[in-house]
Amino acid sequence: MVKVFIPRDSTALSLGADSTVKAIQTEAEKRGVELTIIRNGSRGLFWIEPLVEVETSKGRVAYAPVKPKDVDSLFDADFINGGDHILSLGLTEEIPYLKNQQRLTFARAGITDPVSLEDYITHDGYKGLKNALAMTQEDIVKTVTDSGLRGRGGAAFPTGIKWNTVLGAVGEQKYIVCNADEGDSGTYSDRMVMEDDPYVLIEGMTIAGLAVGATQGYIYLRSEYPHALHILNEAIVKANAHGYLGDDICGSGQSFQMEVRRAAGAYVCGEETSLLESLEGKRGLVRFKPPLPAIEGLFGKPTIVNNVISLATIPIILDKGAQYYADYGMGRSRGTLPIQLAGNIKQGGLVELAFGVTLRELLYDYGGGSASGRPIRAVQVGGPLGAYLPESQFDTPVDYESFQKLWAVLGHGGIVAFDDTVDMAKMARYAFEFCSIESCGKCTPCRIGATRGVEVMDKITSGTEHTKNIQVLRDLSSTMLNGSLCALGGMTPYPVISALNHFGEDFGLGVNEKEGVA
Amino acid sequence: MADKLSAVELEKIGAHIAVHQGIPGGLLPLLHAIQDDIGYVPEASYLPISKALALSVAEVHGFVTFYHHFRTRPVGDHVLQVCRAESCQAMGSEKLEADIKAKLGIDYHETTTDGKVTLLPVYCLGNCASSPAVMMDCDVYGRVDMVKITELVGE
Repeated sequence: MVKVFIPRDSTALSLGADSTVKAIQTEAEKRGVELTIIRNGSRGLFWIEPLVEVETSKGRVAYAPVKPKDVDSLFDADFINGGDHILSLGLTEEIPYLKNQQRLTFARAGITDPVSLEDYITHDGYKGLKNALAMTQEDIVKTVTDSGLRGRGGAAFPTGIKWNTVLGAVGEQKYIVCNADEGDSGTYSDRMVMEDDPYVLIEGMTIAGLAVGATQGYIYLRSEYPHALHILNEAIVKANAHGYLGDDICGSGQSFQMEVRRAAGAYVCGEETSLLESLEGKRGLVRFKPPLPAIEGLFGKPTIVNNVISLATIPIILDKGAQYYADYGMGRSRGTLPIQLAGNIKQGGLVELAFGVTLRELLYDYGGGSASGRPIRAVQVGGPLGAYLPESQFDTPVDYESFQKLWAVLGHGGIVAFDDTVDMAKMARYAFEFCSIESCGKCTPCRIGATRGVEVMDKITSGTEHTKNIQVLRDLSSTMLNGSLCALGGMTPYPVISALNHFGEDFGLGVNEKEGVA
Repeated sequence: MADKLSAVELEKIGAHIAVHQGIPGGLLPLLHAIQDDIGYVPEASYLPISKALALSVAEVHGFVTFYHHFRTRPVGDHVLQVCRAESCQAMGSEKLEADIKAKLGIDYHETTTDGKVTLLPVYCLGNCASSPAVMMDCDVYGRVDMVKITELVGE
């Protein structure tokens, strides 16, 4: 029977994928055509969702975007045999946006039915775990270290070094905690892993458990992701039923249990120590470090806290080897980064590429420029705590160190584009406002500074004691930057000061006044 | 003083406490269970929760009020969350927010007089390639305009 693929990913659903499914089912019944609809994950070509694919002898043929009103004519065009139609994009794998990517972490996304364990295994799933089961703990950790993988949540700390600390820590109970509190605007790659290929995360966490001797894993998942919750829970039940989780993983006698815990809408809980407090059933107040979570983490026990993408990248490293992964990338940024194009962008979606691609290539070759058709004036990279970059910096390669040199961050790889209608002083004010809403309140620079920041911005935009208040803005930012306990207060100055330095005219500064003290 | 719980609510809350009190870090999943079941976390539930989990009432109150997701008052038949984050701002969400508030005649954290819709702000729904985004109950919508909003909330 003909297989028709229509994604169940949140973004596809948000653009009407369920209505498309219903329309195709109804029309197929009406015409007496037999077909099987598979709810696959998304390929991440979000600007053309709902993307419908049909399996043919030549490969999958794509039609997009398919709305219910298009279904009648698709059947007329014999789309179930790959027939030509105005919405036809040819073979999916040949679409340049997809073909030119280097998908390692997202190798299966959009290809498989996300909750089908059989699909996962057919498409190279659980090969990494098989290898890990035959290795010593030290060798697993060494493989991760040698791959050069750095924490994809934003801090970019070498994953293998973190694992090695937990491996060496003494404790009768250790934990693996997956940070799935993806709250950065412009990011959705964690959500995509969980909705489009959940077993890769489960496998990565299981390998982490074996590597350091942890038997319990938690996924701390943001409450704004209800679809991810259901898909993860369904996948965990199946993995348990087939011996990929539980007391005897693949007959090895080793144990690893997993549970998803829903977060409750606090952005600061994406900070690892705040997350641990929350998991323990407390207010998400940031902890002082040391002790590091690797030594005293969840319930005071040695704990690996890794981001979804970091953990979901472990299986391919264990499957194909450290060198295979490290061969991608540039400088000290090894492997690939799943980049998320967002905001005012024509072709928004997931672009996984080796480090080294430039912002300009991403924004124009992949993104196709702005959605509004106006010039892209600024991009914010790395979420609400990331710097704004002007057009003059668009040739910067995506690489941790190159961004650091510009006083910017890659963060979780989200890029939000703004056209020339943006008011950057307003964006700076918003950065403070967001910080004031989300501050945990433990440290003074963040708790008070954010509120003072909003007030100072209001004075600047209303022209009240302008020169003095620009200086107050810089002083305040310096205090927050240097005195805050965690990245929330400590990095709110990034969007603020980058906006001031690059777009001073929006703050009422003349050309000669732009170069102030950073 | 907190409103008194009905016998049914008391029974439901008691059942959720029984399920969660032995779980490490059980307060978070317990509150989710209560809110999923009866729509909010009544302040009158703090006392039985605190007793079962060996916490003070102040600690339970502190926990509930720390997290944006939990609410201590009933909401309307539907909850409409509008994304206020940068990606949606880049696609005109500020105007959308203002238009939605004008249409419903309410501000954030309020419920329409007919009790149908509660309006809440949200900071990112992970739908940033299709901004602006809103969530109605558990369904996310992308590239939202006022036509879509009217479809969702009625005239």
